Amino acid sequence: MLRRRNFLKASLAAGGGLLLTATLRGPAGAATLGTAGPDAVALNAYVRIAPSGQVTITAKNPEIGQGVKMMLPMLIAEELDVAWADVQIEQADLDARYPGQVAGGSTATPLNWLPMRQVGAAGRQMLIAAAAAQWGVPAHDCATEPGKVVHPASGRSLTYGALASQAAAIPVPDLAKLPLKDPKSFRIIGQPTRNIDVPRIVTGQPMFGIDVSVPGMLYAVFQKCDVHGGKLVSSNVAAIRGLPGVRAAFEVKGGADLRGLLDGVAVVADSWWEANRARQQLDIIWDEGDITGQSSESFAATAARLAKGKPESSIRRDGDVAAGFAKAAHVIEAAYHYPFLSHINLEPQNCTAHYADGRMEIWAPTQNPAPGSKLVAATLGIPESAIKVHMTRVGGGFGRRLSNDYMVEAAWIAKVVGAPVKLVWTREDDMRHDFYRPAGYHFFKGGVDANGRLIALSDHFVTFSQDGAIAASADMGPTEFPARMIDHLDYGVSMIPLRAPTGPLRAPRSNGLGFAFQSFLDELAHTAGRDPVQFALDILGPPRLLPDPPGPRVGPGFHTGRMRGVIELVAEKSGWGKTKLPKGTGMGLAYYFSHLGYFAEVVQATVDAEGAIVVDKVWVAGDIGSQIINPLNAEHQAQGAALDGIGTALGQGLHVRDGKIVQGNFDTVLPLRMRQSPPVEVHFRVTEFPPTGLGEPALPPALPALANAIFAATGKRIRSLPLKDQDLSATA
Amino acid sequence: MQYVIEVNGTARRVDVDGETPLLWVLRDKLDLKGTKFGCGAAQCGACTVHMDGQPIRACQTPIASVGTARITTIEAIGQTPVGQHVQAAWIELDVPQCGYCQAGQIMSATALLTHTPAPTDHDINDAMSGNLCRCATYTRIRAAIKRAADLGRT
Ligand code: FES
Ligand code: FES
Repeated sequence: MLRRRNFLKASLAAGGGLLLTATLRGPAGAATLGTAGPDAVALNAYVRIAPSGQVTITAKNPEIGQGVKMMLPMLIAEELDVAWADVQIEQADLDARYPGQVAGGSTATPLNWLPMRQVGAAGRQMLIAAAAAQWGVPAHDCATEPGKVVHPASGRSLTYGALASQAAAIPVPDLAKLPLKDPKSFRIIGQPTRNIDVPRIVTGQPMFGIDVSVPGMLYAVFQKCDVHGGKLVSSNVAAIRGLPGVRAAFEVKGGADLRGLLDGVAVVADSWWEANRARQQLDIIWDEGDITGQSSESFAATAARLAKGKPESSIRRDGDVAAGFAKAAHVIEAAYHYPFLSHINLEPQNCTAHYADGRMEIWAPTQNPAPGSKLVAATLGIPESAIKVHMTRVGGGFGRRLSNDYMVEAAWIAKVVGAPVKLVWTREDDMRHDFYRPAGYHFFKGGVDANGRLIALSDHFVTFSQDGAIAASADMGPTEFPARMIDHLDYGVSMIPLRAPTGPLRAPRSNGLGFAFQSFLDELAHTAGRDPVQFALDILGPPRLLPDPPGPRVGPGFHTGRMRGVIELVAEKSGWGKTKLPKGTGMGLAYYFSHLGYFAEVVQATVDAEGAIVVDKVWVAGDIGSQIINPLNAEHQAQGAALDGIGTALGQGLHVRDGKIVQGNFDTVLPLRMRQSPPVEVHFRVTEFPPTGLGEPALPPALPALANAIFAATGKRIRSLPLKDQDLSATA
Repeated sequence: MQYVIEVNGTARRVDVDGETPLLWVLRDKLDLKGTKFGCGAAQCGACTVHMDGQPIRACQTPIASVGTARITTIEAIGQTPVGQHVQAAWIELDVPQCGYCQAGQIMSATALLTHTPAPTDHDINDAMSGNLCRCATYTRIRAAIKRAADLGRT
């Protein structure tokens, strides 16, 4: 359980006045936000220590709401051995001194767990060496307590603040040989730790990309072709120049890369509203290119046609699936579908750029600044050394901002205009110019033997291609569950050419594959008359590690025991099979391994006679290894990811017509709202494995767990999303 | 066109087209960037401010329609006791993830608690369902509203 100290009453009573300026003490003492003073000494690229003992730690990665701005400094502070209350955190810009400044793939924890601790440990070693030299004693006779080096034999001590200058002159020790703390002695890691940015967020201080303000700044909008990559033929741009507030309006000739600068018309004005109003007068003739077959109906028809033939290529083949089906007591077939999705970050894409004296300065809410800088350099023909990218707080990432199309647009427009420019997209721009989660079609066949065990499974996966190759995030790997656990298995794939660009959305691939596979496995369990929990444990078999085959995404493999552990945990916590539920209410189970995390979830849902769905509750059980670094944030990330899955399943799906995305706003793409949002109970199973990330892996099981709950409640199998398009009424 | 509107207790003069939504006056003319743009279509609530104490969508409110109404934004909501309790509860429970929606959430929550000091779950659903949170921090928003209600009682 989380411990939360009740600091509020005390600070309210003591101060009156402006509570929020008071120092708020979190359970581990609170760090602050800030920049090191001029007297602070740099021990390395991450740590500066002031004579007062205040330690400034640089948070190197983009903060998109995943809590990395707290997590990475916590790792450093722990091994440096300082009090969290003496830490202030500073956000890095894009800077060659810092590796991997990316927010994606739930990788921050596995990639930084050791290196960031080593950064802290190296600093501590240097401070010890400085104290030992001053005292003339061997370093190994010295130790540290938070913020100071001590010499127990003589009782002497020196603060880090007093030692920082001498320590900075000591060579950095060999990181690989540094002793790291025994986790049992952690004081910061593992403590529920509040996000230091919250006092600024709740008082409305500017911190997001869209809040950036530069003296003399103008505002821009950019109109592109709604058929992705369409070419500009002609426009009435000259007529736009005379409209109120407009400072510039011009055509932009882009390239062929859908992730780069595309053809369009830029309108720049004194205010964003004037720019966007003027844009509504634009009349543009586009060459949309070939849009034959680029509609949702056509995709579905093509998928059904392809499913009748053999897959174009094989993903995996084990045993003899035809023989397996012949032996099976029950064989069922089913077709599943999930739609295209937009990321719908609540902060629309935006970027501020200023080009002056041959230098480009950029403020961007990006998950991935380094490729953005390269894209700007290549597109504008300026050296990367002349580009400075500031990383702002990001109003939601979800994978959308791994691409930097808005960055290159802002930079281009600013260079043409010769003044600082803030480009802001509308919601419609955002929804219609995304890198979509690809839709997918799965044509399954499964066979269960007389004992109710899954013995054969085939999937003809119909997905999308772009320019002849499989579209981004539209692939499926040979380890897709339950591969490696079933004797007779056949996965094959066929592709439909797609114009719209695709890309990673939170838990890419897994967010769709999880729905299809986990729903069909539930269907098989029910067909065989088996309890889905027992059916799952049978598939997993005894606890063992199944290594990954060589390939582009080879990882540490799949551990059946870890998955069993979270399934058993979620069954216990949810009262699976023990709770008598009223008619119209059911529980569904799903489990999925992604981004190195093992998650099992149970959803309880109720469907009324009119077909309205109420999600009553979600239970989440996760195994992300030996250490939950910040339990306060971990609980929240798991809740958010599970609810993201619930909201996606209920209300989101894009429709394609004539190569364009039909929807443009939240009236037709429905994110989860408060009245739909169930309680989410989160449990972690701590295991001996290295800690892994948490932004994504709690998402995939939520969708099929909800679909399976609806089956349990109504007897209706959900084979297509979103649920808002399904008729679940009793008469349907 | 010149307009004088009362924002956070101060008369502010702006020279803009009368159709300009209050959202863009606040953000781009008065440098009050706490109020956010999310949809421009009354769908997300990120732009919620108070007009005479009532939550409204600033993206749908032309400046010409404001008249003598008192506008309060997130930057000044902490000047009321209820606003203070809401902000304190948000910090205590660590509500935000990305944080982008939270100004609008706080404005709606403060309006709710001002009229309904002890809201039920049903009251919370009704008052808060116009505010989207893409990060789905609803569990903690609900808990923080209840916590703020507690703070108001002591
Ligand atoms: S921006 Fe006003 S409701 Fe979304
Ligand atoms: S905290 Fe990210 S949108 Fe609400």
